[in-house]
Amino acid sequence: MSGQPNPRVGLFVTCLVDAIRPSIGFSAIQLLEEAGCRVEVPQAQTCCGQPALNSGDEKDAAALARQTIAAFEGFDYIVLPSGSCAGTIVHGYPDLLAKDPVWAPRARILAARTHEITSFLVDVMGFRPKGRRLSATATYHDSCAGLRELGIAAQPRALLAEVAGLEMRGLEGNDVCCGFGGTFCVKYSDISNAIVTEKAEAIERTEADLLLAGDLGCLMNMAGKLNRRGARTRCFHTIEVLAGRADGPAIGEEG
Amino acid sequence: MSAPEASVQVSFKNRAKTALADRTLKIAIDRTTGTAEAKRAVAVAAFPEFQAARARGRAIKDHVIAHLDHYLEQFERNATASGATVHWASDDAEARAIITRICLDAKAKLVTRSKSMLGEEIGLPHALADAGIERVETDLAEHIIQLAGEAPSHIVWPAMHRTREQVAELFKIAHHPPPSADDPATMVQSARRELRAKFLGADIGISGSNFLVADTGATCTVTNEGNAELTTTPPRIHIVTAGIEKIVPTTAHALSLLRLLVRSATGGELTQYTTFHCGPKRPGDADGPEEMHIVLVDNGRTRMLDNEFREMLRCIRCGACMNHCVVYRQIGGHAYGGTYPGPMGSVLTPVLNGLAGSRDLPNACTMNGRCAEVCPVEIPIPTLLRAWRIRSWREKLEPGSLRVGIGIWAVLARRPGLYGLASRVGVRALRLFGKGGWIARLPLAGGWTAHRDLPRPAGRTFMEQYRAQQAHKGSRP
Ligand code: SF4
Repeated sequence: MSGQPNPRVGLFVTCLVDAIRPSIGFSAIQLLEEAGCRVEVPQAQTCCGQPALNSGDEKDAAALARQTIAAFEGFDYIVLPSGSCAGTIVHGYPDLLAKDPVWAPRARILAARTHEITSFLVDVMGFRPKGRRLSATATYHDSCAGLRELGIAAQPRALLAEVAGLEMRGLEGNDVCCGFGGTFCVKYSDISNAIVTEKAEAIERTEADLLLAGDLGCLMNMAGKLNRRGARTRCFHTIEVLAGRADGPAIGEEG
Repeated sequence: MSAPEASVQVSFKNRAKTALADRTLKIAIDRTTGTAEAKRAVAVAAFPEFQAARARGRAIKDHVIAHLDHYLEQFERNATASGATVHWASDDAEARAIITRICLDAKAKLVTRSKSMLGEEIGLPHALADAGIERVETDLAEHIIQLAGEAPSHIVWPAMHRTREQVAELFKIAHHPPPSADDPATMVQSARRELRAKFLGADIGISGSNFLVADTGATCTVTNEGNAELTTTPPRIHIVTAGIEKIVPTTAHALSLLRLLVRSATGGELTQYTTFHCGPKRPGDADGPEEMHIVLVDNGRTRMLDNEFREMLRCIRCGACMNHCVVYRQIGGHAYGGTYPGPMGSVLTPVLNGLAGSRDLPNACTMNGRCAEVCPVEIPIPTLLRAWRIRSWREKLEPGSLRVGIGIWAVLARRPGLYGLASRVGVRALRLFGKGGWIARLPLAGGWTAHRDLPRPAGRTFMEQYRAQQAHKGSRP
């Protein structure tokens, strides 16, 4: 634990949440404030740079890394509602800027202060949500970057266990990629489709009311496939449920 | 080098598409990779020191790679002292030339061969055919694909793309007499009968090698069928082909790596047959070849010593990365178009065949990291694939549409004010394409909407809503 009761947290909402599902950003602010953080949303943020990084465009990726570092380095912590974007800052930036004498140390300092939100709430703030209730069954998909780059597995489950009435059901292949992969899903859309079809079948077999995950990209992929298949599963980011917002519209439902 | 360069690029997507449409192929892939995954998990769980063994395996390989010249020279000295002849081949063409020359000098008509991916890498099957030499594959799976006229689709189970039912059909036509039933035991018996005569009549046996032991000069071959022993012992000449990265300092190191290899490949604890060959037959030996040749192949490996792909030289060819790969499990090995399929192949094929013809391979990956998680020698495969993507971008091999798209996006993303404006306009425009909560069809995003719906964005971006909230808070008394 931090020993710092009211840290100043810079929230990086991520480009997808900004454009597609603001509710995840507001859930993050709510939970961080409940945990005692002072939350700010720097206006100079855009995207962590993954589309460039994963396309091999190091120059643009490095420029975005520097921009993000400059926007966030004044905070005690930087928190993101995405394991994949957090992984980019934690591992990608220090690698990308390793040969830059000015930016390499700044990248490393920022990396050390950067956390995905569920792991931040549990590991750093020792937080558990109070008084949440949701009468539903849910299954959870472990998004790859969060799981393998940051070791996020126990934290979201520990937080969800605090929601009274929520019954969690195991998902077969919970740690197998959903086939999103950023630009992969449009560049190799047939392969991606085959992968997400298997994922959707596994989700449907759980017969859970809700599918939860910690990355909007993966959620959009799985929710979009489930909807195309006519499945009824409602999809939310984990922190939307934790913030008590699962009574609102799920991904793909109009508010 | 061995494979025609253009073939990989022109048709990767088409090959993948064909594979995806083949439901029998999918059944075959699921059976083998599913079993392999389950058995590996059990073997790793039953081996409490697995993580330590992995770290040691990695350290052994890194040490050898750092002192490759030293150990290779030591190996050559000791192998020569044991009576073997060591040949050096800098590329695939040289390796083929050396091997065919040995065969022709010996007036060999019939060659038996036990499974070796290096042999495939250097194009040995074709070279022997061109030289008019009959080649008989003695590994059961290699026997199957030889009958089918195919290339291996997996580095451990070369015929894994074929179901048992398909193999039964193949044997019915090719075996004389055909197998009496199509249960596995009868089919194996039938293959054994077919191959037995060839084993004894062969002039030369060619094998690969899993380890080259520097301090003894021995080559080590592991199999589960015993075919390698029958390939290497009765013929008059034994030829070993091996990549130079197969070197280990001592037998103990070979066994350390073998523990990792077998568990990662099949979930077993040890291969059924683990044989060390140390020189040809000596006076007083009951059997063994009269001549032993060891062909050490570089073929791009020394180049990897000082580029981004050095860590790939640790690979012990266990196949775990492909068994755990979501892409491989959908498209199988042939779609990759190189000698080596799956994640490790996507790193190696551009080394062997050139990046221009294979740039799809490092890109056709979701970067989920499962391959690196299971790799017994901790090769960071996604990092190496990204290194290829960086090269491909630098060398301007990526399609123009992607370069322009990323370029425009980056111009905006580097200007937060402009980016905010573009997002506000963008989400409003995007909303025009949908009804209710979903967008089912979207121009320029067919890759997404061909297969799935796109959630319709909220009416205003997070930043807009957040700023409105802050302003509201600020204006309150
Ligand atoms: S890269 Fe690793 S997992 Fe893949 S075949 Fe080589 S050693 Fe095995």
